[in-house]
Amino acid sequence: MFPTLVAMLLFIALPIVSVITQSVFTPHDAVLIETENCNPFGCKTETIIDQEATAQRRSEQPLGKFVGLDIYFDRGHLAINELSTAWEASESVGDFLDRLNNLPLYRALGFTLVFTFTVTPLMLAFGLLIALGVNSLHRHLKGLAIFFSLLPMIVSPLIGSLVLYWMIDSRGVIGSAIQWLFSDPDLSLKASTTLTWIMLIVYGVWHSAPFSFVVFYAGLQTVPQETLESARIDGASRWEQVRYVIIPHLMPLVTFVALIQLMDNFRVFEPIVGFRSEAHATSLSWFIFNDLSGETRQLSSASASSVLTIIGVAVLLAPVLVRTWKDFAAKRA
Amino acid sequence: MLSSRKAPWQMRLFTGSILVLWLILAAFPFLWTLWGSFKVELDFFSKEDWRSALTGPRTLVEYGSAYTGAGYDGAWVEEEFWRSALNTFIVCFFTVLISLTLGTLGGYALSRSTYNYTFWILIVALIFRAMPPITLVAGYLLPFFEWNLWGHLATSIIVLVAINQPFTLWMLHSFFSKIPKELDESAKVDGCTQFQAFRRVIIPVMWPGVITTGLFSFLLAYNDFAITSMLLSKENQTMIPKIASFLGTTQTEGNVMFAVAAVVSATVPLFILVMFFQRQIVSGLTAGAVKG
Repeated sequence: MFPTLVAMLLFIALPIVSVITQSVFTPHDAVLIETENCNPFGCKTETIIDQEATAQRRSEQPLGKFVGLDIYFDRGHLAINELSTAWEASESVGDFLDRLNNLPLYRALGFTLVFTFTVTPLMLAFGLLIALGVNSLHRHLKGLAIFFSLLPMIVSPLIGSLVLYWMIDSRGVIGSAIQWLFSDPDLSLKASTTLTWIMLIVYGVWHSAPFSFVVFYAGLQTVPQETLESARIDGASRWEQVRYVIIPHLMPLVTFVALIQLMDNFRVFEPIVGFRSEAHATSLSWFIFNDLSGETRQLSSASASSVLTIIGVAVLLAPVLVRTWKDFAAKRA
Repeated sequence: MLSSRKAPWQMRLFTGSILVLWLILAAFPFLWTLWGSFKVELDFFSKEDWRSALTGPRTLVEYGSAYTGAGYDGAWVEEEFWRSALNTFIVCFFTVLISLTLGTLGGYALSRSTYNYTFWILIVALIFRAMPPITLVAGYLLPFFEWNLWGHLATSIIVLVAINQPFTLWMLHSFFSKIPKELDESAKVDGCTQFQAFRRVIIPVMWPGVITTGLFSFLLAYNDFAITSMLLSKENQTMIPKIASFLGTTQTEGNVMFAVAAVVSATVPLFILVMFFQRQIVSGLTAGAVKG
C-alpha cells in the first residue's frame, strides 16, 4: 500500500503544492542598465537589458519574484477591477454578463458550466432510453448493439471530436446535409457561437451517453420481476411501469453516473482542440493548456488558473463529499 | 425481461427508433471516416456532391482506382507516425504494468485494513480523480525543466501512473472487497503469512478485477492528450498529440488526409479491444455503480 501512497503524494500532492507556489510568483523583470553613449554629436542615455544579470537572477531564483495574489486578480484571471467597473457601468444583468464575457477566465468558466450542466442531464436521459431499447432487443442482437454503443466512449475524445469535426465541415457530409436542409449554401456550424456551443454539447452527449447506457443497462438486469409483475396486474401501462418501478430502482445509479459525469464534463478539453472552437467557446482546461503551450510558457498564469479550477472542482464535489462522510459516519455508529 | 410481448406497438416503435437512431449515430461516423480515409481530400471533403466521398471520382482520376493508401503512406512513412505508435505502445505497456503492481498492493491493503484512515485515503483519491489532469501539468513543468527530466518517455510514464493511481485504487479496492476475508484467514490458519496469503490465495482469484482495471488504465494512457502533449518532446510524442500536431499543418493539400489516416489507425486498436474485452469493459463500468 505504501508505494501507492508515495506515488500519489509525489506526483499529485506535490505538484499541487508546486502549482500553488508558482501561482504567487511571476518571472523576474529584466535587469535594466542605463548607459551613456557619447559621439561627436552629443551624448544620450540608452536603456538596455543587461542579459547577463537577468540570466543570473533568473537562474538563482527560478520561481521568479513573489507577487502574492496579484496574478489571481489581474485581467487574465479574476479581474477584480474590471469586474467592479463592469458592474457599475452596466445597466442590466444581461449587459453585465455581456461584459463578463470579454474576460477570458469568465468566458471559459461560463462555457464549462453550461457544458457540464446541459450534457449531464441530457446524457442521463439518452442513456436510459438506449438502455430500455437494447433491453427489449433479441438476445443475439444485444451484443452487437452494445459493441457499437461503446465506441463513442472508448475512442479518445480528441479522435472522436475530430471525426465529427470533419463530418460537420461545410464540405463534409453532415455539413452539406445541413446546408441542403436549410437551403443555405453559406451556413457553417463553425461560424456562429451558438451553433458551436450546440455542436460541442451534442458531441458531449454523444461521447458520454454510452457510459450511462451501460450502467443503466446493468441496472435493468436487476429490476425485481415481482414488483413489475404486480404493477402490471394492477394495470400499470408500460410508461407507468418505467416511471414508478424502473426509474426508482435505478435512482442510486443515476446519482453515481451524474457524479462521475459532473467531474468528467467539468474537465472538458479535447473537444475544444478537436473542433478548433477556441474563438467561440473555451473551457477552463483549455484556458490552462493555452497558457502552457506555445513558445512562452506562462507558468504563473497557468498555475493561478489551475488553482482556481481545483477550487471549482472542490465546490462541485462538496455536496457529494458531505454525503459520503455522513454515510460513513452512520455506518460506523 | 421487460415483457416485450405486452408492450404496445407505439412504445416498441418509439424505443426501437431511438435505438436505431442511436446505433447510426454511434457507428456511422467511424465507418464514414474509415471509408473516406482511402480517398483523396477533394473527395472526402467534396463541395459539389456528397456522394463523391463514397465513389471517389477524383481518387479514380489521380490514382487509377477508387481507393488509395496515400493518406496512410503519408502519415506512417512520411510523417513517421510509426514512431508515435511505438511510443504509445511503450507508454501504455509500462503504465499499465506499474499501475497494476502498485494498485493491487494498495487496493488489497486498503480492503483488508480496519483503520479509519482508509476512508480518508479513498476520499483523497476521489478528489484527485476529480481534478482535471491539466491542472497538475503546470506543477510538473518547472521541476522537470530544472532537473532535465522533461521530454522523456519514462517521465510521462511515471506521471501517467500517478494520475492513474486514484482510479486504479478505487476500482481494485471494490474488487478486493468482494473477495471474502475468510479466504485470507483460512490461509493464515494453514500457516501462511499475510504476504503469502496475498500471493498464493488472493492473486489466483483476483484476475478478472485486475484485467478490467488494466483495461481502463490502458485506455487512460492511450487516450491521454493533456499530459503527453505537454510533457513529451517532439520526437517522443505518442499518437494522440501527434495527430493534434498534424492539425497545425493542414494548409498544404493532402495533409488533412494524413490526419484522417492517422485517426483511423489510432482507432483500430480500440476497435479490437472493445471486440475482445466487451464483457470486461461493461463489468468495469458497472463495478462501482451496482455496489453503491
